[in-house]
Amino acid sequence: MRLHLATVLLLGGLVSSRPGVALEPYVVVEDAIPKALGARVGEVARGQDILRDRERGNCLICHQGADSAEPFQGAIGPPLVGIGARLDAGQIRLRLVDSSRLNPETVMPPYYRTEGLRDVAPAYRGKPALSEQEIEDVVAYLASLKTF
Amino acid sequence: MRLKLALGFLMAMVGAVAGGEEITSGSAFLSPELRHQQDDPTRNPAWFWVEQGQELFSRKPEAGQACSQCHAELEKSLRGAATRYPQVDAASGRLLNLEGRIEQCRVQRQKQPAFGYESGELLALTTYVASLSRGLAMDVETSGPAQPFYEAGKAFFERRQGQLNLSCKQCHGGLVGQKLRGDTISHGAGTGYPAYRLEWNGVGSLHRRLRACSLGVRATQFDYGAPEYLALELYLAGRAGGLPIETPAMRR
Ligand code: HEC
Ligand code: HEC
Repeated sequence: MRLHLATVLLLGGLVSSRPGVALEPYVVVEDAIPKALGARVGEVARGQDILRDRERGNCLICHQGADSAEPFQGAIGPPLVGIGARLDAGQIRLRLVDSSRLNPETVMPPYYRTEGLRDVAPAYRGKPALSEQEIEDVVAYLASLKTF
Repeated sequence: MRLKLALGFLMAMVGAVAGGEEITSGSAFLSPELRHQQDDPTRNPAWFWVEQGQELFSRKPEAGQACSQCHAELEKSLRGAATRYPQVDAASGRLLNLEGRIEQCRVQRQKQPAFGYESGELLALTTYVASLSRGLAMDVETSGPAQPFYEAGKAFFERRQGQLNLSCKQCHGGLVGQKLRGDTISHGAGTGYPAYRLEWNGVGSLHRRLRACSLGVRATQFDYGAPEYLALELYLAGRAGGLPIETPAMRR
């Protein structure tokens, strides 16, 4: 198991990424993407909105977020409270971009990937679920959640 | 180490003996309040559709016969029918669900224009006919001519799809009982459909529910009655074999 994981990480690191036409290239180092996508600068407040927005991130369908005022939060993924204390920005970025690089069976959707998907609805075809700016906004927000 | 291995084998065997996955009805995942409402015919609004269906069933078209004239003795002729759908139509070799069979009778035997999928009339008739099988176990044919359809449905159920890259099986297998927002994920048995959904404020077909799940993962929504959803419906029905029909059910 541990060996398997290491192989996956190594492959990720060596091959780096083969992005679709519209995607910014990125490099995976161990279990992280250390550099911001397209050198964008994320904004915490916008990231928080995206997390809640049912049309965009809709993350709270599966995760318990940091805002207890939000009704009906999911309990499928790990709670996101204090996530910034557990993972650094680069680690969070890889988990958003494509968690299947760490766990092939993952339920966590790939938010910045267009290849290897099938039967994508026409409105979403050929586009990543979140843009590079939106990914960076969410990364900035989650990385700021350092307390429980 | 050796002990662990032995334990692993033992557990695999227990799973195989139990026949793998055990499926329970969607009703088992309702809140107690909604469940009570569903089980009380005076508070479950889906019974209006059953009544309307019963009325349509005995209504005689201008020319031609009423459904009730061919299916005279209801208890004998149509009780249990819904447990055997979808099924392969012997004449055409096509897979038909209950809606498809009702439309076929309407066009070929009654010589009337089709109602159309998800029309009020077809929903009412389907709900009524399915309600005649309430409490009877699902029992579809999945071998013989039905097998290729069943296999196609199974493959559909198990493959990841849509921009969010999730399979039906990941939710309705691995995540059963977990909270997706306000919903508790069930096995996706579908044995209560057509059902009254609070979100719809009315009765809708199983294919309407499937379209909602497709949309949820940002996958292609197939048309009502499309071959993809028919095959999926057959797989779901086969997987739910032995579970009682609960139409007309209530869902969130
Ligand atoms: C369909 C369910 C689902 C949705 C939607 C979802 N997640 Fe996840 N998420 C998961 C699961 C399950 C995991 C655990 C992944 C694993 O173990 O492979 C996870 C893992 C994560 C992790 C890593 C957590 C850790 O402790 O390692 C982060 C960060 C995360 N998700 C953020 C998000 C954000 C932000 C969004 C929305 C843009 C989102 N998730 C949408 C299910 C989901
Ligand atoms: C991201 C999670 C998710 C995915 C993927 C998903 N569903 Fe669902 N499904 C739900 C939720 C939540 C409900 C409503 C609660 C319930 O009854 O399970 C539901 C309801 C259903 C129902 C009604 C169950 C009943 O008896 O009332 C059926 C049938 C169903 N889904 C089948 C499917 C099929 C087939 C697919 C794949 C095309 C699919 N689902 C994909 C989450 C999902």
